[in-house]
Amino acid sequence: MKRVLPAVWLVVLFTVPLWLQDQYILHILITTGIFIIAAMSLNLLLGYTGQLSLGHVAFFGIGAYASALTTLGFDVELFGGFRVVHEPWPAIVGFFIGIFIAGLSGYVIGRLSFKVRGAYFVIVTISFAEVTRLVALNWVELTQGPLALTNIPPFTLGFPGLGNYTLWGKTAYYYFVGVVGLVAYLVISRLVGSRVGRAMIALKENESLASSVGIDVTRYLVLAAVVSAAIAGGAGSLYAHYLKIIDPDIFLFIYTVTMVIMVITGGKGTLAGPIVGGLIFGFLPVIVRPLAAPAVQWILYGGLMILIVFVLPQGIVPAAERWIRNWTPFKGRPAGVILAGDSKPGDGK
Amino acid sequence: MDQLLQHLVNAVILGGTYALLGIGLTLIFGIMRVVNFTHGELYAFGAYIVYLVAATLGLNFFLGLVVAVIAGVLLGALIEIALLRPMRTTDIDIVMLVMIGAWIVMQNTELLVWGGVAKAIVTPFPDAPLVIGPVSISWLRVFVLVVALLLIAGSYVLIHRTKLGKAMRATFQDADTAALMGVHIKGVHTATFAIGSGLAAAAGALLGPVFLVTPTMGDLASLKAFAIVILGGLGNITGATIGGFILALVEELGAGYVSSGYRDAMGFLIIIVVLLFKPTGLFARAERVG
Repeated sequence: MKRVLPAVWLVVLFTVPLWLQDQYILHILITTGIFIIAAMSLNLLLGYTGQLSLGHVAFFGIGAYASALTTLGFDVELFGGFRVVHEPWPAIVGFFIGIFIAGLSGYVIGRLSFKVRGAYFVIVTISFAEVTRLVALNWVELTQGPLALTNIPPFTLGFPGLGNYTLWGKTAYYYFVGVVGLVAYLVISRLVGSRVGRAMIALKENESLASSVGIDVTRYLVLAAVVSAAIAGGAGSLYAHYLKIIDPDIFLFIYTVTMVIMVITGGKGTLAGPIVGGLIFGFLPVIVRPLAAPAVQWILYGGLMILIVFVLPQGIVPAAERWIRNWTPFKGRPAGVILAGDSKPGDGK
Repeated sequence: MDQLLQHLVNAVILGGTYALLGIGLTLIFGIMRVVNFTHGELYAFGAYIVYLVAATLGLNFFLGLVVAVIAGVLLGALIEIALLRPMRTTDIDIVMLVMIGAWIVMQNTELLVWGGVAKAIVTPFPDAPLVIGPVSISWLRVFVLVVALLLIAGSYVLIHRTKLGKAMRATFQDADTAALMGVHIKGVHTATFAIGSGLAAAAGALLGPVFLVTPTMGDLASLKAFAIVILGGLGNITGATIGGFILALVEELGAGYVSSGYRDAMGFLIIIVVLLFKPTGLFARAERVG
């Protein structure tokens, strides 16, 4: 059962465009997929190291802008008349540069922010995100400010011996997002399943104890921040090249909140959590949109968020796992018995 | 020089309301350890109540201010009893998520009720400004500063001279011991949140007529209030008062001499610099309320 299930999910994931004819739903799947990737990266910090970074959208936006600017080229004058001119490069190079720059910002911001914890960490991360938003808004020469970066070209993939293929259509883009998502999932699952991941979970559970047994807390937190930021940057790049336009609103706090809602609803600290939460909050707007005004939708999300924290503080995935364990007879466990280690982080498959 | 003087006067007037925001949040954050994302929404709520009373109902502007503060206190008490009281023993991160949810609900309710178009509040003050030498100030702004200073003084009296204030200070120092000494912790929490919310609503009610009232006006207000609290040190009313004036000064000078586009970035830069180099705030001796 455990071995068949991933294969089933993979088949479902990669056959969707074959039986799904509705282009609008496909579009929703693509944007949802991009946000799921971002939510997975947030989960690495929030769920596995226990650090609530509410500035996560900064990495998403930095990845988007870095990728778009690499692809479009720019010509800016820095202090002292020093000019930086960049000729346009292929979009796929932009994708990797976006990941790299976001990871680098993750390192810098991580090194600075992890000096403080708890509420202060949250506020510092929000501040960093707001500062990046204001820079994107005001450095008009580089970012076009509120006029937005437009005409961002789509990705072109080069296959050796087969020529180039440009991702114009939604179906092609769906597969690209699917592959990137899969890679991100594998990277995160390998990481949290490794020694490094166990160190992260240890410092989440008890930081002073973890450091007393020799875990270099800051090093692991910064490592998590770099990987998390890089993946978020990749998601941002996907977003920019899919929508072909980005403006400073990409840094709005509400996008971080969306990612946080996805992770919390699905179950933080589980691999499947951000995917389940992401699908729910990706498709909820599609269902609710014809019925209610945007303001009402948001009231609903906010209310749902409060409700979930009150009723299912662990999230849906751990709750479902517990439920399945307790009620499936062929698992050979008596109903109602909760085993030690149930719903612990990292077993969310 | 004249320009500098005008900037300083503007900063003092803005600083008074910032201080109100900061005092409200520093009490809540200090005593209850709640990262209160609804603080800015109560600020916006205060402004909308003044709009409701003064513009929509056509009643007296000053009555609007009083109603706004009372409504802020009641809404704050409601939020505390409905959302925070059941979560009192829960992890700070979880409570933060509840407050984010409440923030989203409140902001969009404002959007639903009053629409996204910015509202202007007309006040009974004369249009002609008060001119003193090279500096000119509108009468409305003078009034805003006077009321803000009165409310700041009122907060001092409340914290230092009343029984409730003593209970709040005791709860801040050690909630368990305070409870053993007969302090009703739940009541103190509700009162703290209600008072803090009332101050936020007062700040919004005062600044609403100076600027415009929009549903998103609370976002930056929350973050600025955090900047002030961090600058002044947790639970430190004097620190929050000075912090409010410092933030206003930095913003005003930054907007005047660096770039107006980065005006709102100043608060965040203050947060980052203070937390990274002096995390206990500029004025912290030891952690205490007062």
